[in-house]
Amino acid sequence: MKKKLIVKKNFLMSLFAVILGLIAGAILMFVTGSNPIEGFYYLFRGGLMNIERIGNSLATATPLIFAGLSVAFAFKTGLFNIGGAGQMLIGGLCATAVGLTFDWPKPILLTVIIIAAMIGGALWGALPGLLKARFNVHEVVATIMMNWIAYWTVFYLVPLYLKGPFLETESQRIPMAASLKVSWLTSLFSGSYINLGIFLAIIFVAITAFILERTTLGYELKAVGYNRDAAEAAGIGVNRNIVLSMAVAGALAGLGGATFYVGFASNMQIGVLPSQGFDGIAVALLGANSPWGVFAAALFFGLLHTGKGFMNAMTAIPPEIADTIIATIIYFAATSVLIERNWDKLNKFRLALRLRKSKQESLEDDSGGEQ
Amino acid sequence: MDYVVEMRNIRKSFPGIIACDNIDFQVKKGEIHALLGENGAGKSTLMNILFGLYQPDAGSIYLRGKKVNIVNPNVANELGIGMVHQHFKLVHNFTVTENIILGLEPTRALMIDTRSASAQIKELSQKYGLNVDPDAKISDVSVGMQQRVEILKMLYRDAEILIFDEPTAVLTPQEVRELMKIMRNLIDEGKTIILITHKLREIMAIADRSTVIRWGKVVGTVNVADTTEEKLAEMMVGRKVLFELNKKEAHPKEEILRIEKLSVAGSGGAKGLKNFSLGVRCGEIVGLAGVDGNGQAELVGAIIGLRKILSGKIILHDRDVSTLSIRERISTGMAHIPEDRHKHGLILDYSVQENLVLKNYYLEPFSHKGLLNWDYIYDHAERVIKDFDVRAGEGAEASARSLSGGNQQKAIVGREFDGNPDLLIAVQPTRGLDVGAIEYIHKRLLEQRDQGKAVLLVSLELDEILDLSDRIAVIFNGELVGLVNAAETDENEIGLMMAGGKRGATA
Repeated sequence: MKKKLIVKKNFLMSLFAVILGLIAGAILMFVTGSNPIEGFYYLFRGGLMNIERIGNSLATATPLIFAGLSVAFAFKTGLFNIGGAGQMLIGGLCATAVGLTFDWPKPILLTVIIIAAMIGGALWGALPGLLKARFNVHEVVATIMMNWIAYWTVFYLVPLYLKGPFLETESQRIPMAASLKVSWLTSLFSGSYINLGIFLAIIFVAITAFILERTTLGYELKAVGYNRDAAEAAGIGVNRNIVLSMAVAGALAGLGGATFYVGFASNMQIGVLPSQGFDGIAVALLGANSPWGVFAAALFFGLLHTGKGFMNAMTAIPPEIADTIIATIIYFAATSVLIERNWDKLNKFRLALRLRKSKQESLEDDSGGEQ
Repeated sequence: MDYVVEMRNIRKSFPGIIACDNIDFQVKKGEIHALLGENGAGKSTLMNILFGLYQPDAGSIYLRGKKVNIVNPNVANELGIGMVHQHFKLVHNFTVTENIILGLEPTRALMIDTRSASAQIKELSQKYGLNVDPDAKISDVSVGMQQRVEILKMLYRDAEILIFDEPTAVLTPQEVRELMKIMRNLIDEGKTIILITHKLREIMAIADRSTVIRWGKVVGTVNVADTTEEKLAEMMVGRKVLFELNKKEAHPKEEILRIEKLSVAGSGGAKGLKNFSLGVRCGEIVGLAGVDGNGQAELVGAIIGLRKILSGKIILHDRDVSTLSIRERISTGMAHIPEDRHKHGLILDYSVQENLVLKNYYLEPFSHKGLLNWDYIYDHAERVIKDFDVRAGEGAEASARSLSGGNQQKAIVGREFDGNPDLLIAVQPTRGLDVGAIEYIHKRLLEQRDQGKAVLLVSLELDEILDLSDRIAVIFNGELVGLVNAAETDENEIGLMMAGGKRGATA
């Protein structure tokens, strides 16, 4: 019962942050001399106006879901995974390498690609976990370093082994058999980028929620996250759980990399850290670190990202306004403690009012009785 | 009648609990007024309201007859209210002076004028007989001294009404006597003291009047001179309290725990453990007496597996467990009631039911093939809650954080006893608890002993050791000073051994 209450409160908090972010965006549009209603109309229309655009919004959201899950999962164990970008890169690299190397039927190839991406990401996440467990190196530092190691690894390996026919700076296009795009889905959404990744994402959101709520593994991970000392005193292997949590977080981000590089895109460019890796932090924040919250937050961000180009095309509002809205939402989500406090105050105020009212009524009743 | 503090109809509720239910509370000028109640009765909440840390839902506060609105502790300070919290709020690498002036530093030419402040503090310290060195670093002074620094902090801010929250919880018997002397000095200088406590003996010794609170309501206010410990206890708990423990004769059997020449490195300035040997038999309680920081933490940490040992053996059930993991030791039949229940005992953000399976969630039937069996965990929690009288607002699903200290401790005791351990290591099991909870936990410990379990009781409270133990081991400077039968010793002898004197040297 209490759990439900918290979920409801978290949902309201996040909704509140979104609304405040939108209001801030409206003010910005107004100040820059545009009509906010028109702006929002085209922003949301751009993400939702037809089946193709809806598909694109979902496709944009897919890597964000994974990146957000990754951050949220590590956070449950009290770890801050800033390494989503690097884990995505390595996951994507593994996926691309498998896709370009083997010539197998699609179902088998995709299965191997997914597994390879997960293993790559898991290793990339587990290493900072190991450093934390063994040498108490802070995971924020280690994961940021791993981002750059991943960046340069891709920079080196792609031109050397996976080079495309024309450009040094990108890999070959992956064959159709290795892509998460499938023709029936593409045509269902009339030619959008949407791919199987979104189904994978839904499956993994459900799996993550299940692990955290129903399994002994989730119980241990959260116990370590909430109180490391008590978990240790109770015989829970703290170090093992730190490594495990980072490995799972890495695997999730790695999968996100696969959905990005062999789903949303069809080749890998060098010299780019995928911004989704960092956006995952915002997604996890807005989603209050709950798997389904992450899912909803990522869909919303995907919608904004897809709609901003259309808004720019139809109005004079620069697309950066959409980014500003996202940034403001993140800001409000991060300061939700403040909102929560005021929320409690508001509730108390209402309670006091009600109490006073009922007291007055009872007083009136009493005096009525005397008369 | 003029009251210096008058709180009228104070009401404060937290989710699931009404901490203060229309409380009226009056304090006369120049008295020591004890606020007595069990843990969770609402006495700390009431004082936190007076100090401005909480806002009441309803009710009003009058100081010297004038209505005041204390919105935060700064306002309380300005109104002359000071508080010494149970957990001191000091910066450890600052000196005494720096700590005291923190927040209202006197300046001269943009520099902090520590010299004049230091002189002023010295003067205050002498006036009230506090004997504090203003230039000592907090990390170098004893806990008793730190408390005096907190007192000085209030005096430096010209506080007239001094609130002490469980001030003796952290003190040795000698320090308690010192503190009482200081309190009398304060009263002689015209201050008023509100003493939050659950220790009846202290109230009888020092307080003028006492207000008793139970379940958020005032039971009554009495003149201490007109009452007895028994009457106060009855008011506080709501029933007659047995001061005598029903302690039967022990029937110790085979030795289950054998510590052989154990050495453990000390940490954070503590002395560690040197060549320590001790045995605990089934069916007896061995009490470990000693002043805090003489190796108790190292010994307990080594036995349960949280600390690495340098040398020696820990033999449980004829098997050296010193290389086993914590979980393996637990499954060998070792249970542990930790000293710090928030740090080592509970996961406060977990619910009660989750905390009650913290050591066995991975076993059948709590889980099956890695999947938690929530139905069973819930039923298990309901049973333990009932068996161990854990009072939680929302039962098994209440968060551990929302429980009062006594109920948190009962939950831990419930969890540890429920595993049916052969050896129980209880460290300060009644620390910060009220009469009712202490009585309960003592009864349960004796019950375990009578059922043939071995109990190692580590406590800083000598009374507790003397009341419960069958044998008493005394630790000083990381070494075993002596091992005596409880029936053949007394407070004095143990006290001297705690200061390092060997047995026999006392006569």
